[in-house]
Amino acid sequence: MDASLPAHMRPERSFQGFILALQRFWAEQGCVILQPYDMEMGAGTFHPATTLRALGPKPWNAAYVQPSRRPKDGRYGENPNRMQHYYQFQVIMKPSPPNLQELYLKSLAAIGIDSAVHDIRFVEDDWESPTLGAWGLGWECWCDGMEVSQFTYFQQVAGFECAPVAGELTYGLERLAMYVQGVDRVYDLNFNGREGEAKVTYGDVFLQAEQEYSRHNFEHADTAMLFEQFKMAEAACRKYLDAGWREGNRKEHLMALPAYDQCIKASHVFNLLDARGVISVTERQSYILRVRELAKACGEAWIHTEAGGAA
Amino acid sequence: MPDLLLELFSEEIPARMQAKAADDLRRMVTDKLVAEGLVYEGAKAFATPRRLALTVHGIPARQPDLKTERRGPKVGAPDAAVQGFLKATGLKSLEEAKIQRDPKGDFYIGLIEKPGRDAIDVLAEILPVIIRTFPWPKSMRWGARSGKPGSLNWVRPLHAITATFGLETEQPDVVKFEVDGIEAGQTTYGHRFLAPAPIQVRRFEDYEAKLLAAKVVLDPERRKDAILSDAKQLAFAQGFELVEDQNLLDEVAGLVEWPIVLMGSFEPEFLKTPDEVIRATIRNNQKCFVVRDPRTGKLANKFILVANIEATDGGATIIAGNERVIRARLSDAKFFYETDLKTKLEDRLAKFEQIVFHEKLGTQAERIKRIERLAAEIAPLVGADVGKATRAAHLAKADLLTEVVGEFPEVQGLMGKYYALAQGEDASVAAACEEHYKPQGPADRVPTDPVSVAVALADKIDTLVGFWAIDEKPTGSKDPYALRRAALGVIRVVLDNQIKISLREVAREHLERSYGKQYLEVAEKLDDLMVFFEDRLKVQLRDQRARYDLVDAVLNSGSLVQGHPLVVIVRRVEALGKFLDSDDGKNLLAGTKRASNILSIEEKKDKRLYHGAPNAALYNLDEEKALAEAIDEVQVEASAAVAKEDFAAAMSAMAKLRPPVDAFFDKVRVNDDDPKVRENRLKLLNEIRSATRAVADFSKIQD
Repeated sequence: MDASLPAHMRPERSFQGFILALQRFWAEQGCVILQPYDMEMGAGTFHPATTLRALGPKPWNAAYVQPSRRPKDGRYGENPNRMQHYYQFQVIMKPSPPNLQELYLKSLAAIGIDSAVHDIRFVEDDWESPTLGAWGLGWECWCDGMEVSQFTYFQQVAGFECAPVAGELTYGLERLAMYVQGVDRVYDLNFNGREGEAKVTYGDVFLQAEQEYSRHNFEHADTAMLFEQFKMAEAACRKYLDAGWREGNRKEHLMALPAYDQCIKASHVFNLLDARGVISVTERQSYILRVRELAKACGEAWIHTEAGGAA
Repeated sequence: MPDLLLELFSEEIPARMQAKAADDLRRMVTDKLVAEGLVYEGAKAFATPRRLALTVHGIPARQPDLKTERRGPKVGAPDAAVQGFLKATGLKSLEEAKIQRDPKGDFYIGLIEKPGRDAIDVLAEILPVIIRTFPWPKSMRWGARSGKPGSLNWVRPLHAITATFGLETEQPDVVKFEVDGIEAGQTTYGHRFLAPAPIQVRRFEDYEAKLLAAKVVLDPERRKDAILSDAKQLAFAQGFELVEDQNLLDEVAGLVEWPIVLMGSFEPEFLKTPDEVIRATIRNNQKCFVVRDPRTGKLANKFILVANIEATDGGATIIAGNERVIRARLSDAKFFYETDLKTKLEDRLAKFEQIVFHEKLGTQAERIKRIERLAAEIAPLVGADVGKATRAAHLAKADLLTEVVGEFPEVQGLMGKYYALAQGEDASVAAACEEHYKPQGPADRVPTDPVSVAVALADKIDTLVGFWAIDEKPTGSKDPYALRRAALGVIRVVLDNQIKISLREVAREHLERSYGKQYLEVAEKLDDLMVFFEDRLKVQLRDQRARYDLVDAVLNSGSLVQGHPLVVIVRRVEALGKFLDSDDGKNLLAGTKRASNILSIEEKKDKRLYHGAPNAALYNLDEEKALAEAIDEVQVEASAAVAKEDFAAAMSAMAKLRPPVDAFFDKVRVNDDDPKVRENRLKLLNEIRSATRAVADFSKIQD
């Protein structure tokens, strides 16, 4: 931890200081610090900086915060740590550096988790995303019995082998910050590190949103529109993918990113429909499959682009 | 003789894979050594979260020289043949060859000596192959090398290899090899946090000692012992008792290199949640142990965690952190439990109409209806109240839809009981919600309450009949619906409770009534299902080290396929077993077998059967007459006893056959010169065989 930081910027005092400390740490490791992707998605992994950039031979090191939307996890702001919107901090390094575990542990030190007094453990957790056609091996990282991060060596993304393999770290920011700040309820997190009048809590920023979006996600989201949107996104994705092949031959693709946006869209719309309970168990599987097909086709296009193709 | 030390140092290996990996490493290396002619004295393998280690001691320093003889051409053979021989054997000239004479002439013999190689060179060759082909259940690629094909696969990134070979008294050598850019050497590392510095090691003894100094307990058994004794101690010191849990202990020992056992607590108010739910929460989610109050047997508001570090604050932060997580988890569990209590079990059932049990067997709701009907049928046969059995079958599956069971599937049934009691159900009905799943395995208890028995049988028989109806039977090692366990469960419930029912009759009615007649070949399916039960019975008896071969011996006289009750068959097997343990039984068995052997030899020779009644007029020896009389008498007596299911009496009747059979073989020559007498005597032998069939087919009994 940087001792010169003013109190309100210290990671154990403020949520924003906590995020900045992580960003600064990973910037020091040579990562590009990106801003959140401007679309709704269920996890930082969906960001094209991870999903697409994990494919292809070119090195890529990036870190960013990604707001993650899980419509089903909404609890009307009544659960101390479950929300339909929360932040993930995502790090991706391709190829995975040999000291990625050490870097991760140092990043914990940078946010005030000292391995001399905390019990930090790497507990088996195989990661799989059926919607992204992706899987990898790694761990849940435990700190004193609490899962604080996900650590994965991507083996396959969008149905393609990762060569070389990228290492991915995902920090659950609120949960970690709650631990570091010592609060039991996410809405009590000190957001800006100030005290008294000037203090802004996580609840001040997000509680109303949690209540409103829970109503929306579970009760009012317009399912007719959403069903339509799913179809439209799926069709648009296919259309852009078809149109993107230069001169119609499948050697070079020029629109992988816009096509992938539609895949992200379809995935989120599906999550909303799922939260509204209008998708039956059997249909559910087929929707997941449809999104996966889009993701695979986007991956295929991506590896024929400049950033995703051969070095 | 020299020793090998091998260590594969990696990122954290999943706990559940460690024991098998250590075993595989030992097996693969030692098998290969033996195959290379290097017979070792002993080997032991170890695993921690970050390393697999192997020590093999007493390996010969060199392979033995191999000498083989190769036969060459005849003396005087053409030059081309001679040259070919010299080339193949590496001899310089025929002078170096021996000449050997055999009936076909004189031949050159070349002696080829293949000198043994140094064991260290052999190791350098086999170890990288073993590492590259190691059978991890799941393995992965990593780092820059994974961009190229052929990169190493390992369970998690492999960082270092230690491989040394040498005598105890000398500085050992490094076994020189390289796998995917990792050179084997003598450098390993201590505990990730407590002693991360590199360590130079020479051989196993200093390796294990240096690791211990670097806060790594290499041997998983030592870690387990330490955890268990510290955990017991800690619990005892506070007046509690550790709830032991072997699986959890195995897992936890695979998560730490330096186990530190600590105790934390939670708010006593959580103890209102059932103990099993608390235990499942703490165990499954947090991998911590629970403790109980030895006076009441109830859980205490404490838990035991195993950390991987000796913290500078004595563990206070770690305990506080774990307590926070456990508090949150328990409050979730408590919330689930209390939420569950707000809905009556029967109010959950409608949902089952949407849940498919099996695409060909319909929804869970349909299945529950079938079980209800069957439980009502079975109830009077097992002395259960029909109303209670139906009610229990109605509610028994409802807890599958509760929050707690959704979270912790292992408490299914048990929660059903708690919720049933909470809503004021009859005690037997509530018990059946839990017990109808029993027995789950060989160590599990068999239900005895008649209501539980009725529902347990109905549940299992419905499952079996259903899957038989649609022809989804277990094959080989594939038994996805655990049908073998279900059949064995039926057998144990029936036998332990001495229920005299015809399984075939029950299954037939259920198949026809509940699955309709659209399934053809009802009789065939029932035959097949009953044979499946008979096979399970044999397995069950074999596992109890009972005479399972006797099952086949009695099945001919009355089987499940024929609709005989299981308890009767088993009583018959037991009576037969007792009889065969007696001298009379042993001798009669020997006599019957002898009769059968003679018969089959003669029948084969004469190409005819000697069936049919013997002619009394042709008996010319007393022993013949005595045997014939005894057979008549015994047959009547034994059959009458069998009809009364008094198998002990049937066996005592059989025992009367022994003296006349013995006397017959003693005095009577079967193959008499007079063909008529011979035929008659063979027919009499056949009578022995048929008489014994009244109790069992003796030919099916193994000696």
